[in-house]
Amino acid sequence: MNLLRAATIVVLVLLASTAGAHSESGQAAGFFTGLMHPISGLDHVLAMVAVGLWGAQLGAPAIWLLPVTFPLVMAFGGLLGLLGVPLPGVEVGIAASAILLGAAVMTEKKFPLVAAAALVGAFAIFHGHAHGTELPPGESGLLYSLGFVVATGGLHATGIAIGAIHRWPAGRIALRIAGGGVGLAGLFFLWRAVT
Amino acid sequence: MSSRRVAIGGLGSMMLAGVAAPCHAHMVESGLGPVYDGLLHFVLTPQDLLPVLALAVLAGLGGKTHARLAVLLLPLAWLVAGAVGARVAQPLPESIAWLPLLLLGGLLAVDRRGSPAVLAILAVALGAWLGYGNGAAMGVAGADIRAVLGSAGAVFVATALLAACAVAWQAGWMRIAWRVAGSWVAAAGLLLLGWTMR
Repeated sequence: MNLLRAATIVVLVLLASTAGAHSESGQAAGFFTGLMHPISGLDHVLAMVAVGLWGAQLGAPAIWLLPVTFPLVMAFGGLLGLLGVPLPGVEVGIAASAILLGAAVMTEKKFPLVAAAALVGAFAIFHGHAHGTELPPGESGLLYSLGFVVATGGLHATGIAIGAIHRWPAGRIALRIAGGGVGLAGLFFLWRAVT
Repeated sequence: MSSRRVAIGGLGSMMLAGVAAPCHAHMVESGLGPVYDGLLHFVLTPQDLLPVLALAVLAGLGGKTHARLAVLLLPLAWLVAGAVGARVAQPLPESIAWLPLLLLGGLLAVDRRGSPAVLAILAVALGAWLGYGNGAAMGVAGADIRAVLGSAGAVFVATALLAACAVAWQAGWMRIAWRVAGSWVAAAGLLLLGWTMR
């Protein structure tokens, strides 16, 4: 029996395929792989949550316009990345997005709606391009894309939900501190990108 | 049966399962007959399901007239084109699956209320395109008109339910939520375009 057990283990080990657990090295297996992709990098997570925080500070209509603008423009950046269209300074652009969005949240900067949407849209291209070049070839591109976009929207929604504390004086201060934290993290990403 | 024979049988089964290639069958068999196979095929095919849902919401946001047109025309066009597709059994290229996602998701995101005639054209075009593709795939897989009937029935139910929800839930944040969902569909369509052209 021991011999049989050993043979079973050997056969199973030989039959096993590579795990490919990290989405960037594996295949685009589907919705959940896409869902995990945007939250695999802290720089992306902070910038996207900051978009939601800023939208919450700016109030209507920015609170819903920014989360509508970001996925669309990000997908356009992703399209450029998938097609191999080069975009210089992607990592610097992503770091700059965390710095400027964090600064906007920290200072409660009230931009005109069009300027805020343009700023968020410009940063979205860098984020989308970075994701687009990393996306692995796969069999279920639509499900992967959908998971990817839903995760991005979920990060915005998280930012908006956290930003709801803006209505209280203490919450307003907490949001400004959080914005400062995002900006500082952006400086760290910038330092890492240029060194 | 001795434990040794069970172990050998189990090992043999696991080896066979381990070396088996993926099925990649187009039709999913529910075990309940061709009508349910067709229904399940629609529900489990996101490139068919998503544009239909997007059109249903677009129609619902346009109002009751738009919604009624979509509920009537989309499944009807689907059924007719599906029947033709099942008979011809010549599948269409899947390289433009991104187009209805981008178009309908984009229209939802910008919240443009078009005329009923425009919506009718969109419903017929979408139903004809996707219905033919479904019917042709079913024809290739050996399924008959009953499977097309099942998928058209599923399209009718999905369109009616979602269009009704969109007609009823438009106040305040709900309309924004529909628009955000539309932007997600359009974004997925853009990424799919990149994937197709890669």
